[in-house]
Amino acid sequence: MMFVPGNNPGMMADAHIYGPDSIMLDLEDSVTMAEKDAARLLVHNALKTIDYGNTEMVVRINPLNTPYGKKDVEAVVKAGVDVIRMPKTETAQEVRELEAEILKVEQEIGRVGETRIMAAIESALGIVNAYAIATASPRMMGIALGAEDYSANLKTNRTPGGAELLLAREQIVVAARAAGICCFDTVYSNLDDMETFRKEVELIKTLGFDGKSIINPRQIEVVNSVFTPTEKEITKARAVVAAIKEAQAKGSGVIAVNGKMVDRPVVLRAERTIALAVAAGVISEEEAL
Amino acid sequence: MVTIGPGEGLQVDLQSSVAAQFGRQIKAVITETLEGLGIKDAHVEAVDKGALDCTIRARVTAAAVRATGKDVWKD
Amino acid sequence: MRNSKLVTLEEAIKRSGLQNGMTISFHHHFRGGDKVVNMVVDKLAEMGFKDLKLAASSLSDVHAPLIDHIKNGVITGISTSGLRGALADAISHGLMKEPVVFRSHGGRGSAIANGELKIDVAFLGASSADELGNACGYSRSENAKSICGSLGYALPDARYAKHVVVITDDLVEYPNMPMSIHAADVESVVVVDSVGDSSKIAAGAIRDSKNPRDILLAKQAAKVIINSGLFVDGFSIQTGTGGASLAAVKYIREEMINRGIKASFALGGITAHMVKLHEEGLIGKLIDVQSFDKVAAESIKNDPTHQEVSAVEYASGQHLGSATHALDIVILSALEVDTDFNVNVLVGSDGIIRGAIGGHQDTAADSALSIIVCPLLRGRIPCVVPHVTTLITPGKSVDVVVTEYGIAVNPGRPEIAEKLKAAGLHVVDIKELAAKASSIIGTPDPLPFGDKVVGIVMNRDGSVLDKIHNIVE
Repeated sequence: MMFVPGNNPGMMADAHIYGPDSIMLDLEDSVTMAEKDAARLLVHNALKTIDYGNTEMVVRINPLNTPYGKKDVEAVVKAGVDVIRMPKTETAQEVRELEAEILKVEQEIGRVGETRIMAAIESALGIVNAYAIATASPRMMGIALGAEDYSANLKTNRTPGGAELLLAREQIVVAARAAGICCFDTVYSNLDDMETFRKEVELIKTLGFDGKSIINPRQIEVVNSVFTPTEKEITKARAVVAAIKEAQAKGSGVIAVNGKMVDRPVVLRAERTIALAVAAGVISEEEAL
Repeated sequence: MVTIGPGEGLQVDLQSSVAAQFGRQIKAVITETLEGLGIKDAHVEAVDKGALDCTIRARVTAAAVRATGKDVWKD
Repeated sequence: MRNSKLVTLEEAIKRSGLQNGMTISFHHHFRGGDKVVNMVVDKLAEMGFKDLKLAASSLSDVHAPLIDHIKNGVITGISTSGLRGALADAISHGLMKEPVVFRSHGGRGSAIANGELKIDVAFLGASSADELGNACGYSRSENAKSICGSLGYALPDARYAKHVVVITDDLVEYPNMPMSIHAADVESVVVVDSVGDSSKIAAGAIRDSKNPRDILLAKQAAKVIINSGLFVDGFSIQTGTGGASLAAVKYIREEMINRGIKASFALGGITAHMVKLHEEGLIGKLIDVQSFDKVAAESIKNDPTHQEVSAVEYASGQHLGSATHALDIVILSALEVDTDFNVNVLVGSDGIIRGAIGGHQDTAADSALSIIVCPLLRGRIPCVVPHVTTLITPGKSVDVVVTEYGIAVNPGRPEIAEKLKAAGLHVVDIKELAAKASSIIGTPDPLPFGDKVVGIVMNRDGSVLDKIHNIVE
């Protein structure tokens, strides 16, 4: 998920050419108060006009308790945004309030139920409430960590190793999995240190995250290379998937690869590996079958 | 950069780096946008460096909202 | 010393026998820092010359003072590879009676060698020279004031002009060897305070672009090369100095190391990037008609496997020994490419001249694979269009066009398209790219061209390719 400032029309016009899975146009932190109205119109018109292809379009709105939040919802829902990202989410109630706002606008334009919600959790309270937030609405598609505000709230600083974020990250993954939605990690803002960035991406992949937020197209390649399964992983996964098919054909409940029994989690992981490989374009959909 | 002041009818002063090829189109977008907002009298000064139509539409709307104090979104 | 050719500029001009109506020539190795053209033409004006034809290898922003010399009749004709800045703008608006003649670097070399472009007096700036005229684009002395490296574009002038004046700001002891310009070709040597602003002649190595679009284009261009079938041990390559071109070198280098492949030579304008690969042993030889930065200029001075060549040896279409004939792959830029793969690198989308042909025609025509790298859009300016504003490089010599919205392959090269598709690259019809551009920006209105011809574009074989008309505000 690539962050693009909502007051930068040039970047909004061609963000999708770099092939991020999703683009988040930002009306919140990257836009000053004096520019909120202009950025809202820029984002509205960009969403309505620019052909972003298959890229999932997300807009980070201002909190509903600011003078901007409700107008942001109206502007982006009317422009047909896929996902609204709610910043600084602390309770399930806030999600439900956003849901009500979205529904109002959707009813006005006759497009009910199309807009999904992603909640960014950026405080200790939000982390404690993560599962309640993740299950607050059927529109919830994911939760994400916002590490800058979170670490400030914890009264600590961000470090390259990310020890201060460990609990928050694990909590978000666990809550998302329990709720059956996606989870996304925070941004890494030092563009000149690709090594630390790669380590962070490797860490969050191990923790179970579905994706990473990025601030520059240069970071896409690293994320993709970490998340894309290796050839060895794909071969192994294919063997498992083939074994399932064979077992199903025989009507057998027991699956074996190379003479070893395969448990259900292994099957699920193999299927996920194939799905990731297809998503990354390493293998085609036909090859996955 | 778009500024809107009082005027009679819609007058558009456009300075654009792509004036030769797109000046006509840009002026049309500006006029249409203002008409869409119900503005019939205004003097528009626009300085453009090759923005896309959707950006011009947004800039003109923002300038109009600021000039009239009437937002396009509900309060 | 005996037989010294040392004279003042005025004496050199008198001695040259220059007459009104004759042709004078200059090279552009001092790029934006050049002081030689303005200095010499000022002097010629002061001496009362009129109706001179100026044959430069290229002209740039710094040559804006020529506008006045055109207005007062000192200069009445220009031939060059390129024009930029105020001079280009004025000429595009109809400043001159005679149209400017544009030739490629190889085309100019050929025209000088075959007598089509006759030079009466060549005024050739040099970073060092001795009293007999042995001259270089660098200096080995402690007083060195400037360094430009190769003097490749000056060498045809030195060899074929009727009279040659070398102008230097570092007079060194005889013999200034090894030399680029040979004393035998030189009639006069003039010493001046400065031939150019050294900070603008050769800057340090151009830094790697951080522009994500450049990086995206560079990666795509590198993938085209790697999967072209020509990326084998002993291949040869030429790239430009644009951000995407230079970044592509980085990715090609990585893949050369991965696969254990080495290039036999790199050609053309040589940059620090190419020097680095050469010094790492990844590129055998450097063939250098123009050194683009200080690193390249120092390298040509110190490294015997970094060879200076003349514009004729570099890219003449009429000399089969020219290096472009041995070139496998070239990466080129473009202001516009059209759906017939024709390329324009000279005239901007506003109809105003703002570029140079350079070696574009030559390398595209002679190389085994020519790759144009350009964004689909620059702001609201489309780079893939139905018809180029001005034809510079004919589409039949252009093989692949790389944009951020996909890669188009000339239908005349189906085997390349197959290879790129097999490698998973996003190959599209060039008409789709043009359609994509117009879907984003709309359809531009036609440019307000007038009836006056202000420029003539020559093909490298000496035929006329296109005419540039004046622009009316």
